[in-house]
Amino acid sequence: MFAAKFEYYKVNSVAEALQTLRAHNGAKLMAGGHSLIPLLKLRLARPAALVDISGILDLQGISVDDTTVHIGPLTTHQTIAASEAVARVCPLMAEVAGEIGDPQVRNRGTIGGNVSHADPASDWPTALTALNAQFVIQGTGALHRRVTRTVAAADFFTGALSTSLGEHEILTEIQVPVMNTAQHSAYAKMAHPATFFSVVSAAVVISMSGNRCTQASVVLGGLAPKPVRAASVEEALIGQDLTADNIAAAAAQVSNDLAGEVMGDIYASAEYRRAVAPVEVKHAIYHAAGLAHS
Amino acid sequence: MTTRIFGSGIRRREDPRLITGKATYTDDIKLPGMVYAAILRSPHAHARIRSIDTSAAAAAPGVLAVYTGADVEGVLKPIPCAWVVPNSDVKQVAYPAIAKDVVRYVGDAVAVVVAEDRYQAEDALELISVDYEVLPAVINPEAALGPNAPQLHADAPKNQAFHWVASGGNVDDAFKSAEVVVKDTIVQQKLIPNAMEPRSAVASWLAPMGELTIWNSTQNPHIVRFITCLVTGVPEHKIRIIAPEVGGGFGSKIAVYPWEMIVAFCAMKLGLPVKWTETRTENYVATTHGRDHIERVELAATRSGKITGLRATVYAGMGAYLSTAGPGIPTILHGLMYSGPYAIPNIRADVYGVFTNSTPVEAYRGAGRPEATFLLERMIDLLAVQLNLDPVEVRRRNLIPKFDNGYDVAIGLKYDSGDYQKALDTALTHTSYNRLRQEQQQLRQHGKYMGIGVVCYCEICGLGPSQVAGAVGFGGGLWESAIVRFYATGKVNVFVGTSPHGQGEETTFAQIIADELGVPVDDVEVVHGDTDLTPMGWGTYGSRTTVVGGAAVALSARKIREKGRLLAAHLLEAAEADVEYADGKFFVRGSPDKSKTIQDIALMANVAWNMPQGMEPGLEATTFYDPPNFTFPFGTHIAVVIVDPDNGHIDLTKYVAVDDCGRQINPMVVEGQIHGGVVQGVGQALWEGAVYDQNGQLLTGSMLDYALPRAHLLPDVETLSTTTPSPHNPLGVKGIGETGTIASTPAVYNAVIDALRHLGVTGLEMPLTPEKVWRAIHQQG
Amino acid sequence: MNIQVKVNGKSYQADVEPRMLLVHFLRDVAGLTGTKIGCDTSQCGSCVVLMDGVTVKSCTCLAVHANGSSITTIEGLAQDGKLHAVQEAFWNKHGLQCGYCTAGMILTVTELLQRNPKPTAEQVRQGLKGNICRCTGYQNIVRAALAAAEALGG
Repeated sequence: MFAAKFEYYKVNSVAEALQTLRAHNGAKLMAGGHSLIPLLKLRLARPAALVDISGILDLQGISVDDTTVHIGPLTTHQTIAASEAVARVCPLMAEVAGEIGDPQVRNRGTIGGNVSHADPASDWPTALTALNAQFVIQGTGALHRRVTRTVAAADFFTGALSTSLGEHEILTEIQVPVMNTAQHSAYAKMAHPATFFSVVSAAVVISMSGNRCTQASVVLGGLAPKPVRAASVEEALIGQDLTADNIAAAAAQVSNDLAGEVMGDIYASAEYRRAVAPVEVKHAIYHAAGLAHS
Repeated sequence: MTTRIFGSGIRRREDPRLITGKATYTDDIKLPGMVYAAILRSPHAHARIRSIDTSAAAAAPGVLAVYTGADVEGVLKPIPCAWVVPNSDVKQVAYPAIAKDVVRYVGDAVAVVVAEDRYQAEDALELISVDYEVLPAVINPEAALGPNAPQLHADAPKNQAFHWVASGGNVDDAFKSAEVVVKDTIVQQKLIPNAMEPRSAVASWLAPMGELTIWNSTQNPHIVRFITCLVTGVPEHKIRIIAPEVGGGFGSKIAVYPWEMIVAFCAMKLGLPVKWTETRTENYVATTHGRDHIERVELAATRSGKITGLRATVYAGMGAYLSTAGPGIPTILHGLMYSGPYAIPNIRADVYGVFTNSTPVEAYRGAGRPEATFLLERMIDLLAVQLNLDPVEVRRRNLIPKFDNGYDVAIGLKYDSGDYQKALDTALTHTSYNRLRQEQQQLRQHGKYMGIGVVCYCEICGLGPSQVAGAVGFGGGLWESAIVRFYATGKVNVFVGTSPHGQGEETTFAQIIADELGVPVDDVEVVHGDTDLTPMGWGTYGSRTTVVGGAAVALSARKIREKGRLLAAHLLEAAEADVEYADGKFFVRGSPDKSKTIQDIALMANVAWNMPQGMEPGLEATTFYDPPNFTFPFGTHIAVVIVDPDNGHIDLTKYVAVDDCGRQINPMVVEGQIHGGVVQGVGQALWEGAVYDQNGQLLTGSMLDYALPRAHLLPDVETLSTTTPSPHNPLGVKGIGETGTIASTPAVYNAVIDALRHLGVTGLEMPLTPEKVWRAIHQQG
Repeated sequence: MNIQVKVNGKSYQADVEPRMLLVHFLRDVAGLTGTKIGCDTSQCGSCVVLMDGVTVKSCTCLAVHANGSSITTIEGLAQDGKLHAVQEAFWNKHGLQCGYCTAGMILTVTELLQRNPKPTAEQVRQGLKGNICRCTGYQNIVRAALAAAEALGG
């Protein structure tokens, strides 16, 4: 396929990126290009200009302090999947990164590009919501002053292919709380056989004291325009021993959390996705708790 | 015959260029001054073209020309269908290269742009403005035949492309007296072949000589030449078709398409070489599809499970026009195979070919036979359920007993040889079938759904005797040719009319020569795919290349051996009757030291200093081999699946293929064909299917929505074989290119239904997505 | 835009439109047609090349993205006329039929073995997720990858 013409600007700093965005109406940021280039080729996206931010060194890499994993948005999925530090302090991120797409997509695709595109069937929005990640965003305020704001995952994803990122803003960091030793996590997904995007996915982070669940974060992806926090499941889990019956009962609560829009397509209807959501939730809880499967 | 080379899995001789990126596929060709064509395709499944405005496109940067249907009308004749099945009232509707008044499917060509580069051509396509009056469309072949369906062609009432009937025995009596009858409606969903190389054509016109050359991604260059001559009016001897490296076909590169005719037209108009290569999304609408049947089937049997009759009414979608071989597939290659490996005394096939507003349907790996095998194997499983018998037992009670040289089935074919029971037993033993059944029972008690699918198949390939081809309306012969040429240095070229594109005949044909004539395999080079270099031949499809083309190679080699023997007798001053051949040497019987090697003979024949009186110089032989019959490979495949009752997910856990393709020239190549064929058939069962909306828009329009088999979703295929040589084939071979696809779809399907048998589930539509399975388990619609 | 890309050790400089895909640059500008285009949507992996040592789908990468980088295509894998162990293994194990997906497969397996020198068959299958082959059913590609691992001393 053959993209329509566009102007191209390679920038080397966040400031330059913001300036270029402002200067060109309808310009779009591009990092690894794995969300945007397929759309360009199909001529479904036709930005007048592309601002290539892949060379901004400040936006790359992973660092970890006592409380937080700081991830540059240009960090590739592969880098996250292979990071020993991430595997140690936030194993859910390592697990999810290794599940995305295929090796080539992981090599080139970036976490920032992925979350900015906000495809409801992609994996990061679900996982980062479950992890209560924070998104640091820079934009331009009055008198062209740079303005930084921080948005929680729950507020960052606003709908299908839609985020709280403004037209002239750029994501500069993703902050994920370090998991403590009582916390366990897992990601379960029914993948579309062609794209490996999720049809239904569940990200689970639970705290355990012995066999008892003391805290739970359960988020569903794939089936709604944006990640869905399964508050009913969380509530049903907390304070319970993780027995087969309790897990099944808690997972079944997910229907209460899916009162809103559930999407369907020719592969899997909304009805089916609703029906199998508890299955993925259950798989994820089992996996997180280190229990053998029923 | 020695068996040193024949039967050995030597690595392929075509591979060095392929693993180093040095092979040349059509899109890799770049000629001086070459320009690029892009085709504007209808976005509507059915519409009248009110007007087309190409002025903006013609004025766009880099654009050399824009042509529409009005430009090609009268210059390019309609694209002909080449398989007009007799006694079927085939409606040969006009298929214009570029639509002028009406478009009949999403993908029909409306205009072509030629520009200096491909990006410019694509930009200009967007500037063409077409005013369409959208018409209602119909996609379902049974509905298209109905009273209120939109009509595609004025000269094909009720959208009926043809109606073909075949029968043997007395079906109506069989059903009247039947103790048991099982019925089903089977949908063979439309499939998109997805050869990895998209189709491509480069045309070059040498005006002063009136010579047209087309490099073309095709399975049959000689047929392309023949039809190009009919469409363009360029005489056949002035046309050269070259199939360079071809990246898979699976039937989708049999058809002679409008697109290469358009490219030829552009090259002739502009006097410049023109290239067109489809994108994958274009491929999904512009390159032929496969299958697309709705079948209403009944099977009659005795209470003991003996099949007494089979009848089927089939609505076969042809797409909007008849593709090159389209009508022959659901008829000759399908209905005539309803007996499979079973003795069924009464059979009738009633097949309606139907025009629909979709991409034309052609051969797709197996072409008609996968549908026939599926139909039969499905019905037998239903019969087993009805009679509460093990599905293997029902098969066993109906298999044709072993035969070595000819068996007449009721529907009129004569099978060559078969030992179906042995293949079945081999598969059952290898899988420990009884133990599998026990395991299934145990798992079921624990709420786990395991299913076992068993398929016995017999298929028709090695197409085929030309007299039969003529009798069934195929617009050509089905013989094959081979020229074997020895040079003075003892090296050999083999020129063949077949056109392999991944099947490995550059190796297996060299093995035949090495075996027949005792030359090292590396001294043989096989030349194919260029109509100027190779003798006439009908191409590579229908598992015929080794069976028919290989036989031609062997017979040419044997002619050379005989000439060599006579020349050796002369040189050895021995009586002709005393000279024998073995292992590349001609020697006097009883005096093995008095001998001449084949290389000695090749040298002398080429310099011709000392030849017997009356013998021509040269060591070269040509054979046009017309087979006396088709060949009928067979086998048994067993699939095991685990179905997750919670979400309907299917895990294919085991797959065993026992195939009998007669003698194997290269077992490694044979195994590779089985692997690939099986996986392609698994694709139909589990993942693949072209889905259209009511307006005829293809919803599975790219690899994002059309799921192809992937490595991580598949188990290893365990391959075993039995060997029952074809009695009539000079090499004893039968063909292996399609058996995997023929057997694996029903094997996996039957396994999934078997897993759900205890729930009373008797059938589901393919592909078996988790949702469909889940719904069956939970009985929700 | 003027870009400079090193391909198989040789430097190519060209003025390209920003919209040009890397695969078109390799095939049409550098004249290296061993890299193939099989789909439009990043599914099939026929276009896989190594960019600065890691596999990328060159149909989902702009040529301008590759400015200043070093690319290895299938043509650059054999050294001094000697096949790479992965190429050799594909040949020995009949890991290809029509050959169209083969460049992408070989480069993908090459990277896989760099990251995991001794993979299991299952890990190889997972590693081939991004590459579609329509001919082989993948089985002999898996065998080839395992044989190459063996040959490379993994």
